[in-house]
Amino acid sequence: MVKGIYSKKVMAHFKKPHNYGKIKNADGIGNVGNLVCGDVMRLYIKIGKNKNKQEIIKDIKFETFGCVAAIATSSAITDLAKGKTLEEAAKISKTQIVDSLGELPPIKMHCSVLASDALVEAIYDYLSKNKKEISQDLAVKHERIAKEKEETEKRYKDWTDMEKKMLG
Amino acid sequence: MAKIKKSAFAKATARRSPLSLYGAAARRRKNNIKARKEKMSRIYMDYGAATPVDSRVLKKLGRFPSEVFGNTMSLHSFGQEAKAALEESRDILADLMGAKPQEIIFTGSATESNNLALKGIAFANKEKGNHIIISPIEHPCVGESAKWLESQGFEITKLKVDQYGLIDPKEVERLIKKETILVSVMHANNEIGTIEPIEEIGKICREKGVYFHTDAAQSLGKIPIDVEKMNIDLLTGSSQKMYGPKGAACLFIREGTKINPILHGGGQEFGLRPSTVNISAIYGFAQASLLCKKEIVKESKRLTQLRDKLIKGVMAKIEGSYLNGHPIKRLSNNANFWFEFIEGESLLIQLDMAGIAGSTGSACSSAKLQPSHVLLAIGLRPQEAHGSLRLTLGRWTTSKEIDRVLKVLPGIISQLREISPFKKN
Repeated sequence: MVKGIYSKKVMAHFKKPHNYGKIKNADGIGNVGNLVCGDVMRLYIKIGKNKNKQEIIKDIKFETFGCVAAIATSSAITDLAKGKTLEEAAKISKTQIVDSLGELPPIKMHCSVLASDALVEAIYDYLSKNKKEISQDLAVKHERIAKEKEETEKRYKDWTDMEKKMLG
Repeated sequence: MAKIKKSAFAKATARRSPLSLYGAAARRRKNNIKARKEKMSRIYMDYGAATPVDSRVLKKLGRFPSEVFGNTMSLHSFGQEAKAALEESRDILADLMGAKPQEIIFTGSATESNNLALKGIAFANKEKGNHIIISPIEHPCVGESAKWLESQGFEITKLKVDQYGLIDPKEVERLIKKETILVSVMHANNEIGTIEPIEEIGKICREKGVYFHTDAAQSLGKIPIDVEKMNIDLLTGSSQKMYGPKGAACLFIREGTKINPILHGGGQEFGLRPSTVNISAIYGFAQASLLCKKEIVKESKRLTQLRDKLIKGVMAKIEGSYLNGHPIKRLSNNANFWFEFIEGESLLIQLDMAGIAGSTGSACSSAKLQPSHVLLAIGLRPQEAHGSLRLTLGRWTTSKEIDRVLKVLPGIISQLREISPFKKN
């Protein structure tokens, strides 16, 4: 078969995505993307502790509406994040995601940003809900994501209202 | 579908043990046949994007590219042979749409024909006015040409379409003003297949003394066209949508129309399209047109049945599926849907993995990351446009292929919906 626009690893994740679905009673949820642009990602995390009593991501699942790259990056980040401490997980960069997938077409690079943003949001959600300490780095990232979200919502108000209704 | 004949060699070696001397070769051969069969069982449902060249056209072409290669402008016999083939092709195209041969010029693509129609008319009629009316669902080569003309001081008005993508001819009448020089409305839409009332629009333009251009790239050869009856002044047709080779297209320009060339050079095609004539492609285009003309009624009836079977099947089998475009006034080969909660590119790639080729209006699959302007114009929200799928049928589409699509598609949709955060509660 001819080589498509996506790498083998991307296609493997797309064909059989890892860790998709919902986590009931998730400790943290990260919602990013919007329907107008065509990608919506939702990450669920469950927190546990490792031997050193550090908090780690015990379980992680995703739900994604989007293109092949969006689904593959969602699947890839669940692999990367599982078992990591919250501090390590929050630092997973888009480059790490892309590297784990081999490559992404340049026009799809924003999908990898979306995946790392979703994880940041999920961790932030957990920490803020449980009134835990939030590192400055994480707070800055969250602020940027929230600001971007606000801007798109303003721009596409009617459509995002509909999206919220659909998400329930 | 053609059955692959087992070669004598494969037959002779088929029963040998894999350990025998010829075993490996036989296995390779067998695998080759298997691979070819798999390749042949792929289903192509993107005839709206490109069509294969009909083998009968290839047969007609034969050694033509090596034998009739002269420059149509040369006075020697090599050149004159090419010239004769060019004029023969012109006659055939003229006959297909009820035009005079001198009203047909050949270009390299439908994009080029549309560029020439818009820009050529605009600049040649500047004294009369600067106003051009187009539909909002034109192919980008019309839309972008108009946008460029706007930057050059022309005024562009876009018509409205209803939920099916239909233009109201009365709106055309209302919008035409003293300065209007051209109305361009496509015959049939490439994405949703809706067929526009071009005869009525043409009549209005004729009465008001405004040129009327129609992009018939998707309809020429599929719907009978008569430029006289339909009041058309300029019409674009494309070889590669009619089972002809790529690299050839035509523009019908009614006699007496004021139009400027956009290329300048050696005077070919009545000075309107200078370039050495691509005679092989044009000759192939003409041969393909002959076949289309011969089979137009029968083929359109056959495709309409297949299309309706596909549409009915999808709507019945898949919850949350909707038809885009007009239910009846649509191209015989076009089916366009949108599905709730899923994204088109993912759907397209899943279908491709299952051996089915279609297309989508989703932003994720476009170079601009914007959803289809056609789907937005008919009132779809971006999230709905993202979930669109176009399947366009053609000369080799069979009822069995429709069955397979109907069998495979529901599973793929529900798989993608399972991953999606949007679900029916």
